[in-house]
Amino acid sequence: MIRTEELLLNVGPQHPSTHGVFRIIVKLDGEVITEATPVMGYLHRGTEKLAEDLNYTQIIPYTDRMDYVSAMTTNYVLCHAVEKMMGLEVPERAEFMRLIVMELQRIASHLVWWGTYLLDIGAMSPFLFAFRDREIIINLFNELCGARLTYNYMRVGGVKWDAPPGWIEQVRDFIPYMESKLDEYHNLVSGNEIFLARIRGVGRYDAATAVNFGLSGANLRSTGVNWDLRKNKPYSLYDRFEFDVPLGSVGDCYDRYNIRLEEIRQSLRILKQALEQFPGPGDVMGKVPRVIRPPAGELYVGIESPRGEIGCHIVSKGKAEPYRLKFRRPSFVNLQILPKLLVGETMTNLITILGGIDIVVGEVDC
Amino acid sequence: MGAWLDETLTWGHALLFFLWGVILLMIVLGFVTYAIFFERKVIGWMQYRIGPNRVGPWGLLQSVADITKLLIKEDTIPRKADRALFILAPALAYIPAFAVLAVIPYTNKLYFADINVGLLYYVALSGISTIAIILGGWSSNNKYALLGGMRSAAQMISYEVPLVISVVGVVMLSGTLNLRGIGEQQGDWFWEWNFLPQILGFVVFIIAAVSELNRTPFDLPEAESELVAGYHVEYSGFRFAFFMLTEYVYVYAIAALTTVLFLGGWHAPFPFLDWVPGIIWFLLKFTSIVFFLFWIRATLPRIRIDQLMGLGWKVLLPVAILNVFLTAVYMELFIK
Amino acid sequence: MSDEKEKDSGRPNGPEASEPETPSSEAAADGAAGMTAKEGANPSADPVSPPAAEPRATVSGTPSVPEAGADSNASTAADSSSSESPAAVAGTPGGPASEAGIPDAPAAGTDDADGGTSSAAEPALSGKASAADAGTPSAEAPAPSGEAPAADPEREAKLKAAAEARAARAAAKAAAEGSAPTADGGTPSAAAPAPSGDAPAVDPEREAKLKAAAEARAARAAAKAAAEGGAPAADARTPAASASSGDATAVDPEKEAKLKAAAEARAARAAAKAAAEGEAAAPPEPKPPSPMQPQLDLAVELVRTLTAEDAIEEAYINELDGHRPTLILRGERLLAAAELLKSHPKLRMDYMRNLSGVDYETHLEVVYHLVSLQSGREIAVKVKTDREAPSVPSVVSVWETANWNEREIYDLLGIDFPGHPDLRRIMMPDNWVGYPLRKDYEPLDSEV
Repeated sequence: MIRTEELLLNVGPQHPSTHGVFRIIVKLDGEVITEATPVMGYLHRGTEKLAEDLNYTQIIPYTDRMDYVSAMTTNYVLCHAVEKMMGLEVPERAEFMRLIVMELQRIASHLVWWGTYLLDIGAMSPFLFAFRDREIIINLFNELCGARLTYNYMRVGGVKWDAPPGWIEQVRDFIPYMESKLDEYHNLVSGNEIFLARIRGVGRYDAATAVNFGLSGANLRSTGVNWDLRKNKPYSLYDRFEFDVPLGSVGDCYDRYNIRLEEIRQSLRILKQALEQFPGPGDVMGKVPRVIRPPAGELYVGIESPRGEIGCHIVSKGKAEPYRLKFRRPSFVNLQILPKLLVGETMTNLITILGGIDIVVGEVDC
Repeated sequence: MGAWLDETLTWGHALLFFLWGVILLMIVLGFVTYAIFFERKVIGWMQYRIGPNRVGPWGLLQSVADITKLLIKEDTIPRKADRALFILAPALAYIPAFAVLAVIPYTNKLYFADINVGLLYYVALSGISTIAIILGGWSSNNKYALLGGMRSAAQMISYEVPLVISVVGVVMLSGTLNLRGIGEQQGDWFWEWNFLPQILGFVVFIIAAVSELNRTPFDLPEAESELVAGYHVEYSGFRFAFFMLTEYVYVYAIAALTTVLFLGGWHAPFPFLDWVPGIIWFLLKFTSIVFFLFWIRATLPRIRIDQLMGLGWKVLLPVAILNVFLTAVYMELFIK
Repeated sequence: MSDEKEKDSGRPNGPEASEPETPSSEAAADGAAGMTAKEGANPSADPVSPPAAEPRATVSGTPSVPEAGADSNASTAADSSSSESPAAVAGTPGGPASEAGIPDAPAAGTDDADGGTSSAAEPALSGKASAADAGTPSAEAPAPSGEAPAADPEREAKLKAAAEARAARAAAKAAAEGSAPTADGGTPSAAAPAPSGDAPAVDPEREAKLKAAAEARAARAAAKAAAEGGAPAADARTPAASASSGDATAVDPEKEAKLKAAAEARAARAAAKAAAEGEAAAPPEPKPPSPMQPQLDLAVELVRTLTAEDAIEEAYINELDGHRPTLILRGERLLAAAELLKSHPKLRMDYMRNLSGVDYETHLEVVYHLVSLQSGREIAVKVKTDREAPSVPSVVSVWETANWNEREIYDLLGIDFPGHPDLRRIMMPDNWVGYPLRKDYEPLDSEV
């Protein structure tokens, strides 16, 4: 028997598949990982500290930069928390706009995930397919608020811009288009033998582990735990719409893959209903005091972002700035399970598992 | 041309050989340049993109620009690299890749070296490139490069075996290792070409060949998403260009070899199309194989290393051996 | 910078801290603010009202309402004394004669002389007043309430009503006072405009508010003066007022900060009072029990009986947060309680939604937001720890979620989590000095 030495390998912070500046120090025995230590903080900007000197409206652009793949939901969690704290009423039209952009954002985010995940696995084309379709959503957002990634669209009490003429129709047209493309994706990738061999049974954990690690989003639901904050802790207008929460059973990367693609379909379903019920012209900003001062006290609000539960814990002293603002970032929490999953896997599976968790480093580091 | 090899070596002949070598090199370089262009265009179309279209008419000079850029780039060698081996590796990779082209016949008349053991020569020389890749990976003093090099060694050795065994059937049917002989013996109808009688061998050969080329879905040694760039991660400039060149020269070699071994070489698919020159048929078949290689690159994800080894040893090798056995039985029953 | 800090540290202390031993004058002032608020809340000295205000105070974290006497002294001192001898003033509630010894400017002396009687008299009054003269505290109350409308327009109506009521009472009092020896009680209100009169220079944005307040007070003073007729103190008073105001304008810049703090304290007081008043103004019905009360009771009972009687420091419903039941646990009991919360069949708080650390300046706090995936019930658990050697037992063994979250809190707030498997910095570099999320954190490069 040949004695081999362990190889210490730094994966990241500059690495094509860590989706940003995330780093994992792995000990390799051949290609098999014996130990994995995630290292983060390379994108830590101290958002929570900065927020303590900013008023609430000023914090919104910072939330854009946290989960930059899904800025709308991050926008929303802050605005929603402040509104809940102040007991503000949001006009119905504004709430519909929010819901529509959030669901579009969920689709866009899952598309990015789908494309990059397959790129991680070595298939190059799906990436471009996904980005082509995401581009439509990005253009819609661009038309709405003038930005393609960091929207700064929502405000406490409503949204900044009403839908421009024809915008709603464009969203309506997008739904059947995306549905057909989703079928195409399934035809293209979901049955591929190599792909299935790569992700089936990889990165598997059970429901108890997932709950114990506080996983959320597809990572939690892949184990069969039926927990979607849109259903279980309804916010916005989600209780008005019918949609299913896709669940997995095995808890491997394949389940997570299917759940995310199915969530695109469910989002389209929600969008369809939202557009049917979309209210006529009206205000998109509620009555909000000029300076937003939530009353003294504290509050935690969590919503379902594409990556899981994104939460906002505000401690207010009745001032225009939060006394303490803490974001519960799903990527950060979900990533905790990574070292546990990696031991005994190969280098290749490292990428598969990490990609399957779906992280955005801006959110991990905050 | 091959006839000259039998004559005594004079200065005139040496110059002639040299000139032919240079011409072949030019052809190969031209092929590589436009293979890259073709690949990018093909993949671009498959991905709803345009592909390169800025440099020259229809982007035709894009690869030229890229290669020029590589050649004039600063030559960097990592300080802790093993300098001698680091420099040697690209050259060592390229030389066998170019040398194997000597035995490829293009038509009945157009060939360079007509060696009796042409197939063995090909297999033997192409194995040397593996050493170069390991050397490149090891001498870079980079862990990713080392992993890439080791993967490459494992992969190439594993797939060399089914590759060679898969062509044994062809050799048995043809009764020769001479590539020109093999090409010549395939019939005038396309079903008489080796790929149908040797369908098992053909499939194994194609899979093993793609793996030998380190191309998707077997591009593990340079898997970008895992190993960044694998064995050539530390290489840049013209040294990197050499590795790149090697890769595409092997594409050329494998495409030509497949054409000769299995697709009837320069034969027309039907006897009544014989009026079309053989070189055209050769090029058509050759191009479709090249296209096939690019096509799967745009289609398939990458296989995992353990699956790769499993596939090589547990599937391809038994199938290749079975193919040899079946061919032997067939020959025993019907040909003798 | 330091001024601002002082101010900052003074402010948040205000509504909630107010331990009587707080040494700084601002803090004391704020403590008094709490009191004033309370008094404002029940101008009629209704003994029912304080309990009505009580739960509110609990929610905002005020553990105890300060005693009236000593604090209100300090309050007036900090509040009305532009001359900085709060201790002296505070120390002379009953000693009007000691003014001669004060080595300050004569103007200040005069002020103090006046203050000896006046500013000491006021607190004394308001201290007594609750029993003796219900009207007196209200003479001072309009000052904050005068500001309140500007601060909080939606409460305007209520406040106006309150102010009117008070004005009426003041008039009545003025009439009643006649030549009573407590007539001096009127003086502080005359003196009071002085500091507020100079405040505009300090803080122009408050100008309007303060002016309004000053005017209100001046009017009152005039009324009182008229009522008092030939009270000998009345003459002495007017110069004193002008003197003190003159002094105040000349006040050197370092006092400005203090003044600002005082002014802010007043604003805070006004807000607190307004809030209290809002509740008091509402029909004093006992608040409907929160829908989450049974859940809270259940959790409290289980934790108390199954871990330790003293495990829970406090339990309340956080109404702001959708009636979230909240437990404040004792640090040393946290682990046992956490296991109970997670595993007890009636609770099953198996999922940790969030884990935050908060620096409250007086102490640090770790907040756990838990939810049961089966029932969807939620609970928040808090653990307080002191700032010097903060330590909270790790709950990683209960919820693995806590692992990196605790590391983050350790990194950013410096709370130690004994029992954590791998407590290292997570966001900041390993060699970082300090804990950035602490309120007193000084960035290395302060300009960033």
